[in-house]
Amino acid sequence: MSIPTHLKYTKSHEWVKPEEDGTVTIGITHHAQELLGDMVFVELPQTGRKLEKKEECAVVESVKAAADVYAPIGGEAIAANPDLESEPEKINEDAYSAWLFKLKPDNASDLDDLLSAADYEKLLENEDH
Amino acid sequence: MLKTTPLNQVHRAMNAKMVDFGGWDMPLHYGSQLDEHHQVRKDAGMFDVSHMLPIDIKGNDVRTFLRQLVANNVDKLTLPGKAIYTCMLNPQGGVIDDLIIYFLSENWFRIVVNAGTAEKDTNWIQAKRDEIAPELEILPRRDLAMIAVQGPNARNKVWQVIPGSQAETENLKLFQSTTLDNYFIARTGYTGEDGFEIILPADDAATFWNALHTAGVAPAGLGARDTLRLEAGMNLYGQDMDETTSPLESGLAWTVDMKSERDFIGKQALLEKPVTHQLQGIVLLDRGVLRSHQKVVAQENDNMYEGEITSGGFSPTINQSIALARIPSQISVGNEVNVIVREKKLRAKVVKYPFVRNGKVLIEQ
Repeated sequence: MSIPTHLKYTKSHEWVKPEEDGTVTIGITHHAQELLGDMVFVELPQTGRKLEKKEECAVVESVKAAADVYAPIGGEAIAANPDLESEPEKINEDAYSAWLFKLKPDNASDLDDLLSAADYEKLLENEDH
Repeated sequence: MLKTTPLNQVHRAMNAKMVDFGGWDMPLHYGSQLDEHHQVRKDAGMFDVSHMLPIDIKGNDVRTFLRQLVANNVDKLTLPGKAIYTCMLNPQGGVIDDLIIYFLSENWFRIVVNAGTAEKDTNWIQAKRDEIAPELEILPRRDLAMIAVQGPNARNKVWQVIPGSQAETENLKLFQSTTLDNYFIARTGYTGEDGFEIILPADDAATFWNALHTAGVAPAGLGARDTLRLEAGMNLYGQDMDETTSPLESGLAWTVDMKSERDFIGKQALLEKPVTHQLQGIVLLDRGVLRSHQKVVAQENDNMYEGEITSGGFSPTINQSIALARIPSQISVGNEVNVIVREKKLRAKVVKYPFVRNGKVLIEQ
């Protein structure tokens, strides 16, 4: 599956979508869901929670394992995807539309530190070898 | 270098997600572990279990040797083809392995042991043979493959694929087996569904597997095998019991023959050691997923008790997380307990297992 070029990425396999209103939407990548397998449970951050960059703030659990999700940048959690509580399998169906939560960044410039689609693709190639 | 079964290329051709399973290159799933689980509960699925090892024990009076070697009583095996599930214990009463013994004749018993313990088991059995019955032959059969076909329609699918097999096998009861040409067919399994486990020459495995696939049997990986056996309340060696745990504290008392006069390795230790724990089923009431090694905390008559989850996971059939846990004997079925998951206390209930058998949920929800 191709890696969407309009998104930013982290080494820990989150995707980050900068929205027009200055907030960001966060999910896990197609590669991450593929590694984990069928999703059965998602725990998301409370709205209003202040998050540091790289702070553990969500958990996705598949039939196989639990994986932590990290805040890609610092900010305040402003929304969690309500659909995932009853339908965590949406992450397997389309990881790039099944978002986990939204953040209001502390500093918009922090987004510049994230990986581009090309950088993320390179990261995956290196993981394979 | 990982070990491979005779079906390795077939799995890869079917786009299996392969994993290192105790040194074996094995299929975890072929796309969706959940789909494979439901397929077995509702129709028929097949598992490559050729990493497990059949060991033939041959010679004069194998039965006498097995009476000492294992904890269950092989004298229950009266009809040829009959099988028994048992533990093989060490002198301390710990479980070296759990295995199935098939009685073929007084001169030939076949046992099937776990993959991860195969070498240890073979060495142990050979050492005991040297002590007790040096004239017996111990024959590990890596020349054989093993395929489990499981599900409500599994037997029918096998009958379609092996000519003449229906007449030979439709009257087999659970834990009975028969031999038909190159196929050793047993009505056993590790899913809680009906079906067969079939042992056949390694060279024939791919052809047989592909014929089953053509007949509509879906390949299923180790992932589904684990969720199916957990729902069926079947122990997994290395998780629910090992060399340090007693079978009497692992939900396996029903497989240990303490009644007959017969002495077996580990019996004395079991008689001397008080039983303080039990294996019980747990159903999670809160949202989350139970996993092995999570702590179980319970209160009973103002006393606090602690136990541990030995196998946990998500039950696709019940759509909730379930587990097996080793907990103090004071905790009863029906009690509410807490499980510590990522430093949080989640509510759970102790239940009688199995959780699911023959497609039906057996626990109250």
